[in-house]
Amino acid sequence: MSTRIYVPRDSGALSLGAEAVARGIADEAARRGIDVAIVRNGSRGLYWLEPLVEVEAGDTRLAYGPVGTRDVLSLFDAGFLQGGTHALSQGPTTQIPYLARQQRLTCARVGLIDPVDVADYQRCEGFAGLRRAVSMEPEQIVREVADSGLRGRGGAAFPTGIKWRTVLEQAASQKYIACNADEGDSGTFADRMLMEGDPLTLIEGMTIAGFAVGATRGYIYLRVEYPHAHRTLLEAIAAARAAGYLGTDILGSGREFELEVRVGAGAYICGEETSMLESLEGRRGEVRVRPPLPAVKGLFGMPTVVNNVVSLATVPVILARGAAFYRDYGVGQSRGTLPVQLAGNLRRGGLVEVAFGPSLRELLYDFGGGSASGRPLRAVQVGGPLGAYLPESQFDTPLDYEALAAIGALLGHGGVVAFDDTVDMARMARFAMQFCALESCGKCTPCRIGSTRGAELIDRIILGQGREQNLRTLADLCETMQHGSLCGLGGMTPFPVRSALQHFPEDFGATRAH
Amino acid sequence: MSTLDARTRERIDSIVAAHAARPGPLLEILHEVQRDFGHVPPAAIPQIAQGLNLSRAEVYGVVSFYHHFRSTPPGRHRLAICRAESCQAMQGDALAAYAEQRLGVRFGETTADGGCTLEAVYCLGNCACSPAILIDDEPHGRVTPERLDALLAECSAADATGASG
Repeated sequence: MSTRIYVPRDSGALSLGAEAVARGIADEAARRGIDVAIVRNGSRGLYWLEPLVEVEAGDTRLAYGPVGTRDVLSLFDAGFLQGGTHALSQGPTTQIPYLARQQRLTCARVGLIDPVDVADYQRCEGFAGLRRAVSMEPEQIVREVADSGLRGRGGAAFPTGIKWRTVLEQAASQKYIACNADEGDSGTFADRMLMEGDPLTLIEGMTIAGFAVGATRGYIYLRVEYPHAHRTLLEAIAAARAAGYLGTDILGSGREFELEVRVGAGAYICGEETSMLESLEGRRGEVRVRPPLPAVKGLFGMPTVVNNVVSLATVPVILARGAAFYRDYGVGQSRGTLPVQLAGNLRRGGLVEVAFGPSLRELLYDFGGGSASGRPLRAVQVGGPLGAYLPESQFDTPLDYEALAAIGALLGHGGVVAFDDTVDMARMARFAMQFCALESCGKCTPCRIGSTRGAELIDRIILGQGREQNLRTLADLCETMQHGSLCGLGGMTPFPVRSALQHFPEDFGATRAH
Repeated sequence: MSTLDARTRERIDSIVAAHAARPGPLLEILHEVQRDFGHVPPAAIPQIAQGLNLSRAEVYGVVSFYHHFRSTPPGRHRLAICRAESCQAMQGDALAAYAEQRLGVRFGETTADGGCTLEAVYCLGNCACSPAILIDDEPHGRVTPERLDALLAECSAADATGASG
């Protein structure tokens, strides 16, 4: 029997040389006349160990990483196929503390299975949620999701069950499920990891959503920056269709669901739900005025569920294990788990799926291992480019929607970007305005013009020109953008700007002026 | 506006025809045109507009809205460097400045020999391996100036042997 070896096809692992490592292992095995089966799995999310090679040994998998092509020969010499010890040995994968301390529900299969193998997926509880949903009335499915406490993981944290109920209640000839896979926030990669590592979960979640609200068509709006996720999704959709999990009469239920991937074209704003719908319809990604809500009048004017990848990929486990199982994780109004993404200047960046509740400090130090540079961490941006910058004094804030909102911050899509003490926070504040100017759809004035004026004001403040006057004008501008913009881009750009000013005034020349 | 040769016109017609019946087909069409020609030729806009029964302004408006669509041919290779926060936290700005100096172009430009187009992107979703870049759709993480040199040398070597990028 051949030995199974796992070498990720995840684009993060590929970016560190996984393809050459897979080839190297195959070649060396052939040279030695050893029979191996190389499975291209997703990433476990332990990116400091990528490329992470795993060898199946009975019921466990032994990890070696980070493996370079230069290590292949010595791994074979050390007998890694029989679990031999090597300088890169990490022991059984599931016992690596970073992974052992997580609660993987949404991302349970990411890195575990061959992402496009339906049989592998089914062996790991795949399609159990859909099988249960098939026997349920739409209203029951919606109630299950509502009872789980799941809130939109894209950033807005709106209760998913309420959104689904609104769509269910609409009478329409056609309804849609639109998956927002336009993961544009810097510091976030959970959607990508799911689509590359366990796309069948997303497909299953969308199908269940379709059954729940009476939608027969789904679209995945995928950003063009994710070519590997695109290929994996297409393979997975084809595999699901071939196995009868997409199409007409799914699992003999008489119900139908079809799915299509549409690729964006490099516009951050298309992560905003109404802009995404415009883009899906083939137009400029300009934000729509709400109401009507997409749940009432969405894609092609029809009732549409718009959910993020992580939200939809969480639905199968909720259906498979029940609402109570999921709801039992978490704190307060933040139920379940969140795939946190540790990024930027951290020693151990990666995916950490945990129940809501741990502090930022635990994530940054216990998981993240502190800064990659070895210098003190000075600031952390949580929730993407529109999230607030938090200073060290706020690192004890628990990971929970309400706790972050209480300090004027947001959890967003769960991205955490760490900066060491070399960061210039005035520059980061300016970048926030500049990014907004670059990505504004142009429909509303506070965002389109305010962002450019904001960057200019910060320039003058940094130069010490009319400091007090310009600070007042900037505060006023932030107020206007926050309350006068049509969507979150202009409306939330003030978060990073204000928090940088509030917590790091010294970077804006505060001492020079006083 | 230059005109398109007959073969190009024919190809664009077939792309439009292949997608026209699908709902909301314009982005799909533009992607396929750009895949085939490396860019969306401005002269193709009236033809696409006519095929979809849209105005030229509508099609131009879409092409110009999205950063990904280009109106001029790119270089033989495309180097996209992430300029977003996570990569900034890991010396991404220094890498970006190095790339500009090394290639002798600014972001958005193509080297004089047509070898490489330098593009800014805002997040490649590889933020645990910052700074991140893409060279022709292939991702590279934790890129140092030295690593960038080596990767660009591979591109030049591939060009020299006539292999496609």
